[in-house]
Amino acid sequence: MKEKDIKAREYRSVTQVAGPLMIVEGVEEVAYGELVYIRTPEGDKRMGQVLESQENLAVVQVFEGTRGLDTEQTRARFLGDIMRISLSKEVLGRSFDGLGRPIDGGPEIIPEVRLPIIGAAINPTARDYPNEFIQTGISTIDGMNTLVRGQKLPIFSGSGLPHNDLAAQIARQATVLGSEEPFSVVFAAMGITHEEANFFMNSFESSGALERIVAFINLADDPAIERIITPRMALTAAEFLAFTYDNHVLVILTDMTNYCEALREISSAREEVPGRRGYPGYMYTDLATNYERAGRIMGKKGSITQMPIVSMPDDDITHPVPDLTGYITEGQFVLSRELHRKGIYPPVDVLPSLSRLMNEGIGEGRTRADHLGVSDQCYSAYAEGRDVRSLVAVVGEEALSERDRRNLKFADIFEERFVTQGVDENRTIEQTLNLGWELLSMLPEGELKRIDEKYVTQYYRRGAQLEAEEG
Amino acid sequence: MADQKIGKIKSIAGPLVIAKDMRGCEMYEVVRVGQEGLMGETIKLIEDLAYIQVYEDTTGLKPGEEVVRTGLPLSVELGPGIITNFYDGIQRPLLGIKDLAGDYITRGINVPGLDAEKKWDFMPTVKKGDELVEGDIIGEVQESKVITHRIMVPSGIRGKVVEIKSGSFTVDEIIAILNAEGERIELTMKQKWPVRIGRPFKEKLDPEVPLLTGQRIYDTFFPIAKGGTAAIPGGFGTGKTVSQHQLAKWADSQIVVYVGCGERGNEMTEVLLSFPELDDPNTGEKLMERSSLIANTSNMPVAAREASVYTGVTIAEYYRDMGYDVALMADSTSRWAEALREISGRLEEMPGEEGFPAYLGTRLADFYERAGRVVTLGREKRYGSVSVIGAVSPPGGDFSEPVAQNTLRVVSAFWALDTNLADRRHFPAINWLTSYSLYLDFVKPWYDKNIDTEFQILRGEMMALLEKEAELQEIVQLVGQDALPESDRALLEVARMVREDYLQQHAYHEIDSYCSKEKQYLMLKVIMGFYQEVKKAIDGGIMASRITAMKVKDEIARMKYIQNPEFPRRYEGLIRSIEDEFESLRSDR
Repeated sequence: MKEKDIKAREYRSVTQVAGPLMIVEGVEEVAYGELVYIRTPEGDKRMGQVLESQENLAVVQVFEGTRGLDTEQTRARFLGDIMRISLSKEVLGRSFDGLGRPIDGGPEIIPEVRLPIIGAAINPTARDYPNEFIQTGISTIDGMNTLVRGQKLPIFSGSGLPHNDLAAQIARQATVLGSEEPFSVVFAAMGITHEEANFFMNSFESSGALERIVAFINLADDPAIERIITPRMALTAAEFLAFTYDNHVLVILTDMTNYCEALREISSAREEVPGRRGYPGYMYTDLATNYERAGRIMGKKGSITQMPIVSMPDDDITHPVPDLTGYITEGQFVLSRELHRKGIYPPVDVLPSLSRLMNEGIGEGRTRADHLGVSDQCYSAYAEGRDVRSLVAVVGEEALSERDRRNLKFADIFEERFVTQGVDENRTIEQTLNLGWELLSMLPEGELKRIDEKYVTQYYRRGAQLEAEEG
Repeated sequence: MADQKIGKIKSIAGPLVIAKDMRGCEMYEVVRVGQEGLMGETIKLIEDLAYIQVYEDTTGLKPGEEVVRTGLPLSVELGPGIITNFYDGIQRPLLGIKDLAGDYITRGINVPGLDAEKKWDFMPTVKKGDELVEGDIIGEVQESKVITHRIMVPSGIRGKVVEIKSGSFTVDEIIAILNAEGERIELTMKQKWPVRIGRPFKEKLDPEVPLLTGQRIYDTFFPIAKGGTAAIPGGFGTGKTVSQHQLAKWADSQIVVYVGCGERGNEMTEVLLSFPELDDPNTGEKLMERSSLIANTSNMPVAAREASVYTGVTIAEYYRDMGYDVALMADSTSRWAEALREISGRLEEMPGEEGFPAYLGTRLADFYERAGRVVTLGREKRYGSVSVIGAVSPPGGDFSEPVAQNTLRVVSAFWALDTNLADRRHFPAINWLTSYSLYLDFVKPWYDKNIDTEFQILRGEMMALLEKEAELQEIVQLVGQDALPESDRALLEVARMVREDYLQQHAYHEIDSYCSKEKQYLMLKVIMGFYQEVKKAIDGGIMASRITAMKVKDEIARMKYIQNPEFPRRYEGLIRSIEDEFESLRSDR
């Protein structure tokens, strides 16, 4: 912004307060997106942002809620700047609230830079395609839905499912094979409980990685509108660490459904035309401005890998939040209540799960040459087995063909041995693939149509076939 | 009241800016907004107020800042330099933006669509004294290794050649002068055309020639014609983008315009990195040599996303006018429709279904109608075509939503992606029972002539087989496979082979990724030949379980991995193996 704009202007002409919004009249030259400081009659300080600017009038969204605001004495100071975050290398190991203020008792950050939190779009010609395999130590991820550096891959979950355990396990175990480059985690919590937040912090602490974590925490009892800002703060910090200090950053955003609800609240307060289920029509674009901040940039060493957690209301994957998320992110891990009920951890349902960047990150020189084939074959056998499982309920096991019985058995064993693993069990990719072959060797060799013959010859164990009849 | 050239911002909300003192401003006129001169377009006028959709982020704009009219509608620059280029939604070259602004796309950057510095070798094809009409070719430029750019007389101009040059010129230098009844007209290699208006042509033709894609599911079952329209709807993870990429890579059009509309940044990067590496099976050169890419990723400004499909189709029409077959891929039209909805919402228009504006259907129809095979302008008879393939991303994978339904009303080929198939890793996950193509009859004569009259017959038989399979599956779901007669069990086995060995095609396999029409025909013959043998064997009393256990099935399963040119040679061997094994089955009895 230009020199003359820096001057802040203060007004006491608040004319309307409604929901999270406040209207100030008689203002001059208020910029769209400008930051506002608000002082309530009691002397509390609040922060806000201009959502709509007209001649003489500004619509301001108030982050910490509008309780206590009035139309008489409330003062609004327009700061002549957009929202920024102070960043330096010292942010590592620190905790902030949802608006970026320290909450760990430590000092304010002495900024190296003050960056606007609204990130510009990365020029597609400047992007580098993500292709470095991240080993998470979890078979259903490494083997079947491989994560790569610079990818955005959400966990779709439901209430009561162990998505937090899974995210924390990934954050603890994630490594890039043969790499000693600096690694850090940016953790953004939006509307989660104290308990959940503590769980994450303790988990980071126990892995001894607390000094590599930056946390932005907006809890369930913190102001809801603040959540609009939290992921943007976190992602700006992540970009700074990744592209100024060459860090490989894993960003965990939890829970994006709460973020979207805050978005909806503002939208309905502005009386906008609602889209599906009352969420605003621009939610896709808004989510994209967050998710698309993952990636790698050519010539830069660092990267941003994003793992948003999205809880699906009523386990409905077609709900607008998981649906729009799935259209933007590069795949998804879907947790299944059915697997969870069976006591399987992690309850990753590999059928609807997907990693779009997997093909680039696996194979010769990255994981192992047979990886794609093993993954495809396991998928297909497991999918058939699952189909048969629903069929058995109707027709009984006697009516099954031999092939069906084999696949049914395969599906059971796959869940028992491949999917199931301990919260601290860290499997190497070799172990995961060998386990895959152990299971595939239960099927007749001729059925392994999705694997190149030469790998079948190399890895297939003869004599381990299932006797389907006894199943 | 006099026209006003400069107005002032009255209010700002997201991408919508309202300016006052704009009397005389036209609908869809391009304006420059604010101190940084952000580009915008007027979309509504009330008295002296102009409602402007701004193509860049509006943060920091203030009421009172200037809005300058340009007097021009949103246009693209047409001329050599479009092929191999990579644009944003309003035809700014992304590499040029990167040179000016670095890794991120910042605001207020102006880069012309065509490089004004670059010199092109112009070879005239007309001489002094020739009488020319609009659309006539005056000369050629080698634009890329495979594309000869034909410089045309712009629409609405005719006259006698007074002067024609030859040699090296920029797109702004004069290369020819015409005399139009005393008026002197200077021609350069550059034309401008407003994106929201279709370019003129002489006549629209029936879509008789198929656009071959090298993908079995389309070419064999649901073909699209050159100049045709197709929609690929599918929920996330069903492979819309991979399908679009496959079509862009292998379709036998001479030019591909790929519009990434509101999709992922990494996907555009993939196209950008892979196209200069991949070989085009039709020319042997790299794919990039015939492609132009337009990327407006999901996090780039929403108004420019609305414009991007029009930018793409205008470029496609321009190459059509030169006499080329052009394929336009738009991924995804749903994001474009959402941009429309967002702007409409900000204008506080009365919403139609699911918040989309009531004119959604009309806009979609306008867009798809710009496809077609035509006789172009100009005295010589030139044929060109624009085929449009649009991806649709229905919320929740539910095809009953407005964008999918309005698209279905205007397109002639419908390739429905199916989540169940995708979950089973059946790719391309096109559902063969719900998809359709209205071009099947149009292109039949072409198939009969260029492949074999048997091709479409076999296709029909295979389709019948798949339909029968679906029927039988329902019975199996209820009573189990044991209840079926031997012949039906055998049919299920063959249907499985059709699905796995023919319909499934591996996009990432170096050989299977592209399947020539000859190979498709022979593969059809192998599988349907096998089916005939199966029927004979069952009639001869052989049990279905014996057929399930046949060795030759593995050989058939692997035939998709045989190189295209090698296939005819291997075909005979395959047929012989099939006959031999059936022979031994019969003799075993």
